[in-house]
Amino acid sequence: MSFSKKTKEVIVVGGGLAGLAAAMKLAENGCHVKVVSVTKCKRSHSVCAQGGINAAMNLKNEDDSPIIHAYDTIKGGDFLADQPPILEMCMAAPGIIRMMERFGCPFNRTGEGNLDFRRFGGTLYYRTAFCGASTGQQLLYALDEQVRRYEAMGKVEKFEHHEFMRLVLDDEGVARGIIVMDLFTMQLMVLKADAVVFGTGGPGLIFKQSTNSTFCTGAANGRLFKQGMKYANGEFIQIHPTAIPGEDKLRLISESSRGEGGRMWVYGDSSKKIISPEGKEMPCGVTGQPWYFLEDMYPAFGNLVPRDIAAREVLRVCELGLGIDGKSQVYLDVSQLDSKQQHKIESVLEIYRKFTGEDPHKVPMKIFPAVHYSMGGAWVDWPAADDPDRWTRYRHMTNIPGCFNVGESEFQYHGANRLGANSLLSCIFAGLVAGGEVPRYLDSLDRSYGNLPVRVYSESLSIEESFKHDLLNRNGKENVHALHNELSDLMVNNVTVKRDNESLKKTMEGIKQIRDRLNHISLDDKAGNVNQTYQFANQFGYMLEIALVITKGALLRDEFRGAHYKPSFPERDDNHWLKTTIAQYDPSKDEPLISYIPVDTRHLKPIARDYSKAKKVKPDLENIPKNIVLPV
Amino acid sequence: MGCSMHKTCILKIYRGTPGNQYWEEFELELRPFLNITSALMEIQRNPVTKNNNRVTPVSWEQGCLEEVCGSCSMLINGRPRQGCTALIHKLIEATGSNVVTLAPMTKFPLVKDLVVDRSQMFENLKKIKAWVDVDDSFDKGFGPKISPQVQEAMYTLSTCMTCGCCTEACPQVNNNSKFVGPATISQARLFNAHPVGNLTAQERLRPLMEEGGISDCGNAQNCVEVCPKSIPLTESIAVIGRQVVRQAWKDMISVPDEDKK
Repeated sequence: MSFSKKTKEVIVVGGGLAGLAAAMKLAENGCHVKVVSVTKCKRSHSVCAQGGINAAMNLKNEDDSPIIHAYDTIKGGDFLADQPPILEMCMAAPGIIRMMERFGCPFNRTGEGNLDFRRFGGTLYYRTAFCGASTGQQLLYALDEQVRRYEAMGKVEKFEHHEFMRLVLDDEGVARGIIVMDLFTMQLMVLKADAVVFGTGGPGLIFKQSTNSTFCTGAANGRLFKQGMKYANGEFIQIHPTAIPGEDKLRLISESSRGEGGRMWVYGDSSKKIISPEGKEMPCGVTGQPWYFLEDMYPAFGNLVPRDIAAREVLRVCELGLGIDGKSQVYLDVSQLDSKQQHKIESVLEIYRKFTGEDPHKVPMKIFPAVHYSMGGAWVDWPAADDPDRWTRYRHMTNIPGCFNVGESEFQYHGANRLGANSLLSCIFAGLVAGGEVPRYLDSLDRSYGNLPVRVYSESLSIEESFKHDLLNRNGKENVHALHNELSDLMVNNVTVKRDNESLKKTMEGIKQIRDRLNHISLDDKAGNVNQTYQFANQFGYMLEIALVITKGALLRDEFRGAHYKPSFPERDDNHWLKTTIAQYDPSKDEPLISYIPVDTRHLKPIARDYSKAKKVKPDLENIPKNIVLPV
Repeated sequence: MGCSMHKTCILKIYRGTPGNQYWEEFELELRPFLNITSALMEIQRNPVTKNNNRVTPVSWEQGCLEEVCGSCSMLINGRPRQGCTALIHKLIEATGSNVVTLAPMTKFPLVKDLVVDRSQMFENLKKIKAWVDVDDSFDKGFGPKISPQVQEAMYTLSTCMTCGCCTEACPQVNNNSKFVGPATISQARLFNAHPVGNLTAQERLRPLMEEGGISDCGNAQNCVEVCPKSIPLTESIAVIGRQVVRQAWKDMISVPDEDKK
């Protein structure tokens, strides 16, 4: 039978902001979409994003523009990100905000009823639209509602409480569906389609101590990685400067608390000295008086320096023994703000109050940096608007044909450090882009999943069935949760703010040992439904692979760039390291294969990344294509 | 902290599968700021009961651990709430006892242990068309201006996590009723308050005129007591009650919907 009726069957794995944006656009473009999520889409980790979403709409008459937004993003990412996708994302941002506003997303308003904007880190402009301090929640709900509308029309079918286990590849290595596990019954099943879009979020649980939701294991990307998907810039892990120390989770205190005027301080000690960003020795404030260390060291950006810088300075200040109560913590103070300003960040202040019992309206919050976001992720393609092969390649497609990746689980927009309030933007933008690229990819196919031999699916299913059997029947002395704690200790101590090669080498060995010991676990739950111990044990092996990717990338990169800080190599080294790290799984080796590809810097040549005395600049980006078509 | 007299706490958990539920007790060392989700994680690592029996780990749902995702709703000392924000020392302070009971919510089908299936709440959102009916997902300029006061009210309604606490607390939701529950009605109010959402208000109101709709509310006001986000649910029910009455009159005398003149 000839392939007369083109299929439009697509799977989206992940029901967060990126996945839902893709699902919505795909449904609108005539596809039938199966959305797979480990939880109800509405509970995805996007709800935790607090502060806002960036768009240079210039509604505060500052002469802001998408070009300046792109400049700030490129510089904020320390020039590691490919520039064409950033440029288009920033150009699309105002349209995305207007689209979300039409969906009913309750953005804060000015007195006249226009959108209100706040300031965020790494920029001098009021560019961040927000819904109180739960912007991610509100944006996710708006997309969840639109996707539910398509669901009611029969264009979207949801598989919630299902986990992606394996990509089904045909004989030519093209993605044709997935194997999923029902997390209530633990049964495995096949879902067929001609393209699969992954928006499975970050890998925070590899560190365990992080601001991430418990869903954010990174296991989906680990599974794809072991099936041949390239993983880029894994070593770039963002440490957020302000989180509440905690046992089960390090709860985020939004950057918007500083955007609204919150100040970070410790008690000064003029007998102690610190090296300023300009290399000068300066006293640590006045003894006994509050020392606003970021304002002192970075007069231009003050408390709103990019996150990597703020996190390092908090650590430096604590290492000098200036931490509050002698512990590794500093004050984040919003108690001096007026009640109107405090009200705009009420939901984060409420989180602080609920978990610490102290009222941040009246006393300063005690905070410390925490693992927050992965700039790295799946490598995805991006033919630029004026590239000659623009229409024969597919944006956001991984190196596996038919397998796309969007959102935090992919590497594209943030380089070596993400600016605050750019993640919600990149998630929605990437989802919308994939929503347009996937149908074009489907049109290029000359056969459909319906034409494939049955064994393509049955073989994939049996691989997962036998792995499940193997895992459930392991009968050793190890406990998978104890192994997770060990991994967490290694990663948090050695692969976060400060890195050195000796410790990174030891970490590589440590992760490999944990991987060996995983063969000798024994599960406390060997049967039964909702077997969360089994679910985690299955994820954990793949988390270890991504842990190796992160650590090996960090070990090899001998320079200081963005979130990757090695005191022994204290400078950014563009001659050797202005390149994207690519990790690939090699079944014959015990660690990932690392190679490098060039960074596309066609719009802005690297300059020094200075935040101590920068002024508002009117940057000039070069080579801006005339034929850009935005996805909104 | 008021729990200084106690060194340990006992989690008494009602667990099992439909038709086979039983209590099991776990004793844990008390630490400052220990919450229910941390305690459950500890049990998961080492599932040994107070009587020293090794058992299967307790299953529960969790996600953000900061009360914005709605996953970890359960009955804690009989009250529906999120496990993440339930600090054990506060529970002990309130009851004077170091025994804390955990049970699955009862108004939803039980899956296992503390896990229930809340899909019905999401089905209800479809029934009342809980979305703004936009033409498409392109940039068509701004929608209508919205005053900060209206935005604020909509934002509050829009923080509903579909966590199920209000449904659980409502005496009118039971096996003999089809009542959609307070959260669904409050979502109808949210979208009817939006200038564009309001264009299709009648499509949200008509399902609420049927069995299981607004008239099933018994005004017990439990919902607003337990809502973790302090959403004014009873006010929402009153507002929608008035809108439903007006819609019913219009439908009866066949006045065309204002927006469809």
